[in-house]
Amino acid sequence: MDGLEDHTRSIAISVNRQMIDEQTAKKLKEKAKTIRRHVIEMLCRSKSGHPGGSLSVVEILTVLYFHKMNIDPQKPNWADRDRLVLSKGHAAPALYAVLAERGYFPLDELITHRQIDSRLQGHPAMDYTPGVDMSTGSLGQGLSVANGMAIAGKLDKRSYHVYVILGDGEIQSGQIWEAAMTSPHYNLDNLTAILDYNKLQIDGPVEKVMGIEPVFEKWKSFKWNVKEVDGHDVSALTEAIDEACEFKGAPTVIIAHTIKGKGVSFMEGVIEYHAKSLSEEECRRALQELS
Amino acid sequence: MSKIFSIQDTRDAFSHALLELGEENSNVIVFTADLATSTKTGIFAKKYPERFYDFGIGEQNMISTAAGAASCGKIPFVASLAVFACERVCNQISVSVAYPRLNVKIVGTHGGISVGKDGATHQSISDIAIMRSIPNMVLIVPCDGAETKKSIKAAAEYVGPVYIRLGREPVPVIFNDDYNFEIGKAVTLREGNDVTIIASGLMVHEALKACDRLLKEEIRSRIIDLHTIKPIDETTIEKAARETGGIVTAEEHNILGGVGAAVAEVVVEKYPVLMARVGLRDTFGESGEPFDLLKKYGLLSVNIVEAARKVSKLKKK
Repeated sequence: MDGLEDHTRSIAISVNRQMIDEQTAKKLKEKAKTIRRHVIEMLCRSKSGHPGGSLSVVEILTVLYFHKMNIDPQKPNWADRDRLVLSKGHAAPALYAVLAERGYFPLDELITHRQIDSRLQGHPAMDYTPGVDMSTGSLGQGLSVANGMAIAGKLDKRSYHVYVILGDGEIQSGQIWEAAMTSPHYNLDNLTAILDYNKLQIDGPVEKVMGIEPVFEKWKSFKWNVKEVDGHDVSALTEAIDEACEFKGAPTVIIAHTIKGKGVSFMEGVIEYHAKSLSEEECRRALQELS
Repeated sequence: MSKIFSIQDTRDAFSHALLELGEENSNVIVFTADLATSTKTGIFAKKYPERFYDFGIGEQNMISTAAGAASCGKIPFVASLAVFACERVCNQISVSVAYPRLNVKIVGTHGGISVGKDGATHQSISDIAIMRSIPNMVLIVPCDGAETKKSIKAAAEYVGPVYIRLGREPVPVIFNDDYNFEIGKAVTLREGNDVTIIASGLMVHEALKACDRLLKEEIRSRIIDLHTIKPIDETTIEKAARETGGIVTAEEHNILGGVGAAVAEVVVEKYPVLMARVGLRDTFGESGEPFDLLKKYGLLSVNIVEAARKVSKLKKK
């Protein structure tokens, strides 16, 4: 990392931070594989949805829900819980898989995703699904929403932390930057944003459609504490999230470099898998790779 | 018979109500977008600075932030000019607030063309139509200071999304403080069976003036203050249709999609009668003195009288 990283480190309160041990890392990796399997099963059953962006966010969600977040599946509305806003709401299958594995609702409900009368809507819907903290799907609004949750937390002097997952295409949206101005302005250090930076959107590579680089510098100039990690490395993610939670005085954004379609070889880095109805052959091959 | 009415700025009533709410309920918080002065939320800000948030000129951000705060138990009152608090933020209201039914109260001030000299971009003429068409929204257009205060208090009690539209001009006082306001219950201010005039906002006072004028012509009009456009009081409207046989609506809004349309939808299904809509005839406003604009665009009691005269004459007997 460069001098900017050193600068932010010098502001952070230093604590005796331990890397997660190999056992924990292994468990998280296995869980991530299980989540991917569920995602593919769900999308194969529903024959519609977003495989690419659901697969790229798996490690991020796994680390949050199985290692980091202070939550209680028995009390989805617990006032002191950590919150997650999946601002890139189309990755709902990954969120649902994680919530089911965590015990918010039965695993066998996952295949009802996108079917009529299901509690698992195409994009997260908070009044339909236990464990979903905010309805999302119309890109660009989740960071604002997360700020609102963080503001409420500060007002009530609650110690919960708010996480928000953003898409890279999503940060082309102006409202994201309105919200990005707001977080440091109101000292929302109880908020951590994670950018699932998989570099692709529907119409092509993000840089070709509407370039967002330089991403690190943009967030830095908006007064955020900025970190960059490999978004598929559970250890690195854990460390970055721990640091983010401890950082006082400003919100943190973790730029997580990811691969769209990660975990299924023929989907990795392929634009067409943003939203695709998977064929039986594709389903078979994907599930075989994830077995 | 002419009455001398005292006048009150409904935004003052709004800010007084907010102060009371601030005292009664620590979960009430107030947001604005660089318009603390125009919306008069600055008064709450002075007393409760820790519960007031300015978002600068970023309304979309403000609305979604309110949604997040509401999801954590807060009761955000979000105020801006109606054009910015509604039109500009449609999708944010729809998906962040209305779809999850979050407890956000949006107050759009400067509704209608009586905003005056700022001109069309600052005059909200479509907000009633827009809010009506979004499910789960409650939509209130109070006619005076007392009704404004009561509706703000009622909005805080009600659990769910609310949009309240206020004007800029001070308006004559119609109700006093012991008025029993209820969301969704229209108020019949005058009885009469020759024709009904249903009005909202500042047009209610114009309707009362029209009532007096019509009486001179032996036309006894029923005057209804339709403060809640959604959920609409179907019972009172149907009763008026049955008993008077003709309805005139009056609003400081486009006649397409607003109060007139809302009433017509009920009338056509329940008890079809002849109707006439007084309002902006699908046109933007312009700069001018408020009274001159209301006159030029046909939003005065004389226009209501003309419409009521026609309807009472042409209606099926």
